[in-house]
Amino acid sequence: MSRLITRRNFLRGSALAGSGLVLAGCDQFDFLGRSDNPVRGVMEQANVLTYRAQRALIGDQALAREYSASEIRQGMKPNGSVEPSTPEYMFLKMQDFAPYRLTVKGMVEREVSFSLDELRNMPARSQITRHDCVEGWSCIAKWTGTQLGPILDMAGVKPQARFCVYHCFDNIQRTLAGDILYYESSDLVDAYHPQTILSYGLNDQVLPVANGAPIRLRIERALGYKQPKYLHTIELVDDLKPFGQGKGGYWPDNGYDWYGGI
Amino acid sequence: MSDATELPASTGPLIYRQSVWTRVTHWVWAICLFFLLLTGLQIFNAHPALYIGQESGFEYENAVLEIGAINTEAGPRGRTILFGRSFDTTGVLGMSGDMARPSFTAFPGAVTIPSYRDLATGRVVHFFFGWIFVGTMLLWFVASFINGHIRRDIVPKPADLAGLPRDMAEHARLRFKRGRSYGPLQKLSYFTVFFILFPLIVATGLTMSPGLDTAWPFLLDIFGGRQTARTIHFSVMVLLVAFFVVHIVMLLLAGPINELRSMVTGWYRTGPGTPDAEGDRP
Repeated sequence: MSRLITRRNFLRGSALAGSGLVLAGCDQFDFLGRSDNPVRGVMEQANVLTYRAQRALIGDQALAREYSASEIRQGMKPNGSVEPSTPEYMFLKMQDFAPYRLTVKGMVEREVSFSLDELRNMPARSQITRHDCVEGWSCIAKWTGTQLGPILDMAGVKPQARFCVYHCFDNIQRTLAGDILYYESSDLVDAYHPQTILSYGLNDQVLPVANGAPIRLRIERALGYKQPKYLHTIELVDDLKPFGQGKGGYWPDNGYDWYGGI
Repeated sequence: MSDATELPASTGPLIYRQSVWTRVTHWVWAICLFFLLLTGLQIFNAHPALYIGQESGFEYENAVLEIGAINTEAGPRGRTILFGRSFDTTGVLGMSGDMARPSFTAFPGAVTIPSYRDLATGRVVHFFFGWIFVGTMLLWFVASFINGHIRRDIVPKPADLAGLPRDMAEHARLRFKRGRSYGPLQKLSYFTVFFILFPLIVATGLTMSPGLDTAWPFLLDIFGGRQTARTIHFSVMVLLVAFFVVHIVMLLLAGPINELRSMVTGWYRTGPGTPDAEGDRP
């Protein structure tokens, strides 16, 4: 009998200790939030695995689902920057983006740039797609623009280029040290994907400022933060380290996975 | 549980019940589900609402669950709306912690990893354990198919279904048969977890990936849209938590030392009347 009671006490004790661990919630694991923590570094490799697995599984040309017009039931919810306040952007906005130019530079045969009218006169593609935010919500909208692939071909991408870096006008974060400007990047598979368009139209209207005017890139097989708004320059590179904090985008620099396909 | 049932005289043989595959996958899953749950609640907190359909209704109503906080004359309150019915959940959902300095997250920091708002970290940890969870699941299915665990212990047989009413009555009286294999209710619940809940929570998780929706667009059709898939993912989580609670209660009622031992060493003390077989210990 005494042995049983000891066992029972032992169990009661371990149950208490166990539930204490759970209830203390989980400040114990807050260290995982630090970007320099080695355990987090290991866990982040799962995102590399996800990227490789999805690239192997998803055909490079496979299209994201396109919806019918009747499935557009609301306006496109703006998120992130909605009203950039950098002088360059304010100047362009005041003039209805007439002086705007989109530049393609970096590892290309020839640097090229296009005005908004030139982009609008290129072959257009419209697609009604579902925008999936990393927060968890989705919104269906119609995006109109011109494919990025042919534009990259006009510039002539050099063989050593591996990524496109997308530079944007918007100051997503303002710090004492100055504005942090939004940027993103993708591999060339996403850049050349048929649904990857430089969009200037949203739901049959001119793309509004809140949604990224004058040009927002759409990478339809990835989450919302891979759809950079207020885009002005596309830079072909072989390494993402020199930009921002080296993770390939504003949100990746803040701990989000770079690929953004899940 | 009376002490009398624990006396040696009233027991059957000691049997080797759990293979090493069952035991290892059990504990790996336990760790995975702990982290997946707590990071999942962190991810949910980034947009604490669930919808039915392809998208989230911002200009129309298709939400089935919304957790948030509202301002009232008496100050802020936590509010949860489930299927259009509003509940005051101050202290638990929507508003929690020290009421002098409340925290306005949907689920309180005590049940999220990290304990503060950090969607990026929640996702990193969730996907890491998601991969391990799925890998362990594949391992379990292959091993349990080969070693007969699925056929012997998991899939209910006609005799199990016939014995179900009796087994339910026994459970209601808190009398548990400790036999060589699982009882009808045990088989049914494990079958539900392995063949319905686990595959469902993985498939709905994958449906939330815009990348995989491109490779397997049928996922969107099976689950009726990405947002419905997200709602199912959350609902299956609730069912798995309910399973966990029952699992622990049953473990405590049926004899925690014996049950834990079988999941650690594989050896299980059967109840009286269990026939001896080769390989048993007295």
